[in-house]
Amino acid sequence: MLLLLPLLIPLAAALLTALLPMHGRVRQAVGVVAALIQVLAAGALLSALPAGGRFSLVLGNWPLPYGIELAADTLSAALILVSALLGLAVMLYSLGRDDQESAAATPLMLGLLASVAAVFLAADLFNLYVWFELMLIATLGLLVGSGDPRRSEAAFKYLVLNLLGTLLVLVAVALIYAASGQLNFVALQVAGQWPEVAAGLRPYLGLLLLALLLKAGALPLFAWLPASYPVLPPPVLALVGGLLTKVAAYVLLRLAGQVFAVPDLWLEALGWLALLTMLAGVLGAAYHWDVRRILALHIISQVGYLLLGIALSSPAAAAGTAFFAVHNILVKANLFLIAGLMFASAGHYDLRRIGGLYAARPLLAVLFLLSAFSLVGVPPSTGFWGKFMLLREAFEQERYVWGGGALAVGLLTLYSMSKIWLEGFWKAHPDATASAGIIPVAAYAAVLLLTGLILVMGLYPEPFIDLAQVATSDFWNQGSGT
Amino acid sequence: MMLMLILSLSVLVAASVLLILSRDTLRLVVGLAMLGGAANLMVFLAGRPGSILPPIIAAGAETLPSAAANPLPQALVLTAIVIGFALLCFSLVLIANLARHDARQDGDDLRAVEPEATDPLKPPVMEP
Repeated sequence: MLLLLPLLIPLAAALLTALLPMHGRVRQAVGVVAALIQVLAAGALLSALPAGGRFSLVLGNWPLPYGIELAADTLSAALILVSALLGLAVMLYSLGRDDQESAAATPLMLGLLASVAAVFLAADLFNLYVWFELMLIATLGLLVGSGDPRRSEAAFKYLVLNLLGTLLVLVAVALIYAASGQLNFVALQVAGQWPEVAAGLRPYLGLLLLALLLKAGALPLFAWLPASYPVLPPPVLALVGGLLTKVAAYVLLRLAGQVFAVPDLWLEALGWLALLTMLAGVLGAAYHWDVRRILALHIISQVGYLLLGIALSSPAAAAGTAFFAVHNILVKANLFLIAGLMFASAGHYDLRRIGGLYAARPLLAVLFLLSAFSLVGVPPSTGFWGKFMLLREAFEQERYVWGGGALAVGLLTLYSMSKIWLEGFWKAHPDATASAGIIPVAAYAAVLLLTGLILVMGLYPEPFIDLAQVATSDFWNQGSGT
Repeated sequence: MMLMLILSLSVLVAASVLLILSRDTLRLVVGLAMLGGAANLMVFLAGRPGSILPPIIAAGAETLPSAAANPLPQALVLTAIVIGFALLCFSLVLIANLARHDARQDGDDLRAVEPEATDPLKPPVMEP
């Protein structure tokens, strides 16, 4: 039951807020309460798990491998907790926005939180596909919003490319079922021990990984991301941009690191792809001047780090990937929320049209600096520890080009962040008559919550690194897939 | 039977790829729906099609008759059809909404989120 709670709570709250007629503010308040309860439930799940243990729940009254299994190990429980915390921050932030759309978005955000938790819990391939579809549906609702033509256009591009991705997942799941007769993760892992089954699965596994790379936003397949994210309102952007690509990267890590034996050549290719993804994202961000575009393109470069951690294929690299994913969910979402506050205060997202925020909003400037340093990886911040874990593993495996590339990308990230700092905060506002807009208290509370989490994780990283190592200790043990 | 299924699957995939590559938004959506149908057919093909014997254990027997149909792909396809139908309806409303602002329904006209650069060095400003 403890296993189901983090999934059932937001799902029930989503239905409640969608079906019952209630005032917009009440709906938003219910959203905050539901997110808070989800945080508590996820925390209870994580603390109830013994170190390295795994809870499993088989639904449908059939024994394994026929029943539908939901399972939580330390990795999934920790990621559910982080996504719930992000959900809480986003719901709090929405409280400060008194418009029709924020209230209407509450059930969809709760639905997104529920489906993300379910993806983390899913222990069979078809269930995974279904929850990916539900994630897509909730995200589409959030993208369309009030239906203004720009949002519809963004939703259309997002829909076409992501629907292709989920259809590829479905086809790959069907083919894997045809080749092995299994859908359950553990059963697939066992079936993969036979070399002839593993060889038969390989082309279909390739299709599945390709579809997940599209969902994660890897190099040639990320066109949907800059086409849709830059028109979203800040809380939606923080939730969608903070979570979705990371969820796909988690599934890649789970499947490649624990379930299937991935050939070494593919991992080699993935490493180079990761490097190119990092560079493409960060160079795209360097060109742009719109804060939301800069941050959205940085998602792509951060996904590159996660893919690098998967390509390094060792328990230590998997721990680094897990830590980096947690860091990135929190920091990226926080930066999106801060971008929303910059807009509320200065009146535009484009850095050429704003300025003077350091004088007008010193607290906001400090909060931005803390998150920006974390994203760049200045010690001691979460980004530093995450990159340190990944880079140490890269250099230990003598992958000097991958590690060096990741360091160079860090420098270019610093360039983008200092551009936002210099143009948005430091220079005077181009319109001398502009007055600073009002920032609601609830929005500040949301940003302070996330910043607090980032600071704790950065200044006192040891328990979190230990947790990441425990969570991923049995990854990459399924035998080498040559 | 198997040959018929494979042939129709191939025709379906070929037609949907042709439609998806079109710039017309309606054709694109129809192509995606057809590809969804092809994917469902693929799931169906994955699980030993051909038998029409229902997968019910007869009274007194302990196991299924070995020629019984495989119920799992049917359950999977049913789920996938429901989701695919919902997404098809949604995308039709979406392109209808887009068509109100652009009667040509040309995919190349969808540049509002990613406006073309006019300056050689700097990106255009997008009003919030």
